[in-house]
Amino acid sequence: MKRVAIAVAAVLLLGAGVAAAATVAPPKGPVSISLPGDAGMAFKPGPGVGAAQASCLTCHSSAYVSTQPVLSRAQWTAEVVKMRTAYGAPITDAQVPPIVDYLTAQYGKP
Amino acid sequence: MRKIGRRRFLAGSVAALGASALPARALADSVQLPFANGERPLLAFPQKRPLLVLSPRPPQLETPFAVFDQGVYTPNDAFFVRWHLSNIPQHVDASAHRIAVTGEVNTPLSLSLADLAALPQVEITAVNQCSGNGRGLSAPRVAGGQWDNGAMGNALWTGVRLRDVLDRAGLKATAKQVQFDGLEGPVLPTTPDFRKSLDVDKARGDDILIAYAMNGVPLPLLNGFPVRLIVPGWYSTYWVKMLSAITVLDHVDDNFWMKTAYRIPDTPDNSVMPGATGFPTVPINRMRVRSFATNVVDGAKIDVKLQELRGIAFDGGSGIKRVEVSLDGGTTWRDAALGPDVGKYSFRRWSASLQTRAGQTYTIAVRATANDGATQPATQGWNPSGYLRNVVEMYKVAVG
Repeated sequence: MKRVAIAVAAVLLLGAGVAAAATVAPPKGPVSISLPGDAGMAFKPGPGVGAAQASCLTCHSSAYVSTQPVLSRAQWTAEVVKMRTAYGAPITDAQVPPIVDYLTAQYGKP
Repeated sequence: MRKIGRRRFLAGSVAALGASALPARALADSVQLPFANGERPLLAFPQKRPLLVLSPRPPQLETPFAVFDQGVYTPNDAFFVRWHLSNIPQHVDASAHRIAVTGEVNTPLSLSLADLAALPQVEITAVNQCSGNGRGLSAPRVAGGQWDNGAMGNALWTGVRLRDVLDRAGLKATAKQVQFDGLEGPVLPTTPDFRKSLDVDKARGDDILIAYAMNGVPLPLLNGFPVRLIVPGWYSTYWVKMLSAITVLDHVDDNFWMKTAYRIPDTPDNSVMPGATGFPTVPINRMRVRSFATNVVDGAKIDVKLQELRGIAFDGGSGIKRVEVSLDGGTTWRDAALGPDVGKYSFRRWSASLQTRAGQTYTIAVRATANDGATQPATQGWNPSGYLRNVVEMYKVAVG
């Protein structure tokens, strides 16, 4: 806190919000963490869940779907198309309808 | 999983900050945010305290709002987390890390952190806020990361000026934009890598840093260890984490994350009618002025003995001139007292005396005005991505 107080005083003196600082050395050496993967989250069961798992979970958790507002079929279709065209998801034309059916049934409105 | 309402959870936390003992329910492991599909587990990720999990992969973690009542600086272990792509290094050696500086430069560089230490060191306090902070409150709602208002934080950043690094490399006359890339990568080679760019003049500004410390210590890995870009006053999409490459371009960046994503309508207030299409857009940039109360919660009860209302305000870098509070939903206003000024890019704390009567209900409102004259709107404009939220916040409270 003392160092912060010194920095604050320097900021007030210079009046610019930027200050030459007390020295803080850049970090050295490694840091390792272990991320929890999907932390136990999974798609709801239902017809087409396998297609959704295969196409969606490669890149992101099921929370990307389950935390969305209750989307319409047209909105879920737009999301699936966006995943294919903007984010390069390898979803074929034939795979789109079963995925959209699943998302609309489990996470959407008709 | 035990479930409790957000209002009760936060009300418990706030009460604990004031007088009463921390209720057991504050240890619950799930929070309900105030919109549909707003249930969020509370989990402690590495180097983090329990935060609201919007997504575990890639990690998107929201700060519990009560944290903002506890001081002007947001603790590193409570600071929000947002990654775009799931291929994130979980082992990073600061001693081996390099930042490549290439493109329209006279002398390409490969800089170690020890090389950065040879440049003048600079500190700056600045708010880092997600472009989509508060997206879950958008009306009508929009698809995207469904944050409440906890995708923001304020920290003291230490590092070197980007300009000093660019000057060492020497910009060619053809330099137009500067592009930033970090170690985060896509799972599939067909997914666009996350890269962001700034105009050369912006990149050479006094306040743009390559930071290697956050609140005086190394950054948590999930906030970008060992170095991240700091763009004070601008939304955090530009604050590239685990910065590993700086490429000077001779053109305006046309990669997906600049040309297609993170765009706002190029209209007078950057809003459009819901459902509108075909309007021009520009890359999102400077943050809008915002303010929040931090010791009351919408929908909660307050104690008649609570005699102080307090909170935070910030803007895109002109600094906060004034904060006003209302107890009648914005019909009448009075000035709050501003706390110490720790920099124009920082949270500014504020407080106001409070007198209430038991049994009454009040709609508390908070409104900030920045030094550049900008203030907060009474109604929120809409845009398709739910960006730029800065409506006057309202807190309906009953006095118990």
